[in-house]
Amino acid sequence: MTATATSFGARLLGPQRRNLWFWVFVGPFAIGLGLFTYVPLVWSVYLSFFDAHNTVSPKATDFVGLGNYGAMLADDAFLASLGTFLLFTVFIVPATYVVSLALALMVNRLRFAQAFFRSVFFLPTACSYVVAALIWKLSIFNGVRFGLANTVLGLFGADQTGWLSTTDPPWYWLVIVTVRLWLQAGFYMILFLAGLQRISPQLYEAAAVDGARPGWQVFRYITFPQLRATSVAVVLLLVINAFQAFDEFYNLLSDARGYPPYARPPLVYLYYTALGQEQNLGLGSAGAVILALIIAVATVVQARWFGLGRKGED
Amino acid sequence: MADMARMAGTGTGLGGGVGRRRLLAAGGGIAVGGVLAACGSNTGRGGSGSGPAISQWYHQYGEPGAEQAVKRYAAAYKKADVTVQWRLGDYDRQSAAALLTDSGPDVFEVNGPLLNQIQGGQVVDLTAEIEPVKDDFNQAVLAPKIWRGKVWGIPQVVDMQMLYYRKSMLRDAGVEPPQTLDELVDAARKLTSKLSAKKVKGLFLGNDGGVGVLSGTPLFAAGLSLISEDGKVGFDDPAAARVLGKIRQLYADKSLLLGAPKDWSDPAAFIQGLTAMQWSGLWALPQIKKALGDDFGVLPFPKDGASGKPSVPVGAYAAAVSARSKRKAEAKAYAKWLWVERSDYQLDFALSYGFHIPARVSLAKKAGELRTGAAADAVRFATEYGYAEPLLWTSADRTAYQDALSRIIKDGANPESELKAVVRKVNAELQRVGKK
Repeated sequence: MTATATSFGARLLGPQRRNLWFWVFVGPFAIGLGLFTYVPLVWSVYLSFFDAHNTVSPKATDFVGLGNYGAMLADDAFLASLGTFLLFTVFIVPATYVVSLALALMVNRLRFAQAFFRSVFFLPTACSYVVAALIWKLSIFNGVRFGLANTVLGLFGADQTGWLSTTDPPWYWLVIVTVRLWLQAGFYMILFLAGLQRISPQLYEAAAVDGARPGWQVFRYITFPQLRATSVAVVLLLVINAFQAFDEFYNLLSDARGYPPYARPPLVYLYYTALGQEQNLGLGSAGAVILALIIAVATVVQARWFGLGRKGED
Repeated sequence: MADMARMAGTGTGLGGGVGRRRLLAAGGGIAVGGVLAACGSNTGRGGSGSGPAISQWYHQYGEPGAEQAVKRYAAAYKKADVTVQWRLGDYDRQSAAALLTDSGPDVFEVNGPLLNQIQGGQVVDLTAEIEPVKDDFNQAVLAPKIWRGKVWGIPQVVDMQMLYYRKSMLRDAGVEPPQTLDELVDAARKLTSKLSAKKVKGLFLGNDGGVGVLSGTPLFAAGLSLISEDGKVGFDDPAAARVLGKIRQLYADKSLLLGAPKDWSDPAAFIQGLTAMQWSGLWALPQIKKALGDDFGVLPFPKDGASGKPSVPVGAYAAAVSARSKRKAEAKAYAKWLWVERSDYQLDFALSYGFHIPARVSLAKKAGELRTGAAADAVRFATEYGYAEPLLWTSADRTAYQDALSRIIKDGANPESELKAVVRKVNAELQRVGKK
């Protein structure tokens, strides 16, 4: 009996107690993940089938089936927020891609002070979205005569512009896109730099021998194709990040009385629906589930399209 | 957050003699418990004082001394040990979330209570507590606290908003203080063009062009309402489209200041001379008076059309008792003591720190500060032209209305078709809340 028990216990612990150590290190993280990610997620799906105003434990009589989903998909404001997200993605993804790739190419060519410039461009990543949004809103793009943008334009005789309040032309996009561009371009530059440094010098030598002119031709036929794996990852990350945009929108455009109907991405809209004074947690959860499905499908399609993780790039 | 770290730390320190795996599991569990407890239930119940412990929440008032004052009132209450929490940040969301749990406040102030909170059984009936002095309260602000004949919150102080104008700037531009909405539109345009060299705008209605702060005020100025006395949509009328079209005119004329560093609730833009007129709250009056002396005047939102009358929005934070409180009776007694019986504290709270009108008419009449100058005008506006957002005006209604207002003002959308969609939405909401 004892022998069997020991061997069972020993098997449970694994060789060199590896199973034990696995759980010692992974356990706390797994508990946190379960408690703070999976439980709320499942709970949110559960809530989405109920008329849950001001409660997270609705009664059985409040069951509404797919009612919340129907209401959300018929809600013009929610659909408009999806449109806002698409528009934002169309601006921010190519802009960040081009800017960070350009920065990486430039920094990569530097003969001296490379580390310095790498750090300089990377630094904004360390800044919080909230802080950056407030600087953009209060000092650079405020609407009065002493705002930075208005001061500069005023030198050329332009009238003062309320950057975040003007919908025609939609100047607020300029503010929203530039703040995110400034914050994230440095980070993606680092990814591209890593990609660039992995390209074998022999390829460039071979290209030179074959008569490729340095500059555009080398970039077009050597560098860019070699960055394929990095590019795919960058675009995927950019799209997901754009989908999760909340901080800068909220801090730039909300005030004590709510949020304007323009430039309102899905998360901001759901924040007001579910967590505002309305506390319509059922409807908000339904919206969150719809969003999660959209982003899952978009990611899978994108990954298939670009062939994420496909072998043979090297 | 410091609490969270502290409690998590204590948690991991507990497991001295246990195996490492158990220790970590327990540590994790306790840390998690500690985090949850710290987030939700740091109600400060120390149990050190006399009597049962009650926690009371306030949102952060900007005025110096207000926090010390409410703590002083709480300490003066002998029948229970009241702990005051001064909540920074987004109070509406914090309190709404706390009411879902057992660890929320017992007594709390609320910009409501809202209809969904009352219908959801989150606050308790305070009719008996308020009964002896019910008629003494400003009826406009008391009305939204009543649902089906019962009172769900005791109004604390009345806040109101009005139009401030710079006398010297108007005089220099040859503009009279506007008495109708048309005059306001003209005045703002003239002021903007006369003062354009100094880059001063005519009017400041908030950085969103007036969408948030005006809300229903123009409708009342046109003789309409948000929801009528008999519980129907109050702005299904051509006059509504007309009056909102005039706000659009203000924006289209470029007479509005937009994008000021401090929004409408702060008088900074007015004091700095970025605008000749500004819509702001009564609370801004002492600051403006200190900065500008006599060089300013106040007006209600001017009337529009033959059946219109001037309007000013009034509202009151109310003291409410949470239905999840474990000491409802004690909490109700305390709320009654502070906001019904202790009129000296009520007067002190309204006038010694910020600048509010006491919620009770008899106290408002006693206050010397409210008898002269612009303050006296403000009290008169609040009494004669004050309107409060009705209880039936839910936040879904407000979102729909403000979205439409934003599109009308900024995008020049057709007011009639925009309002038609809002009327539909409000009707649906009225049906929904009427069912419960």
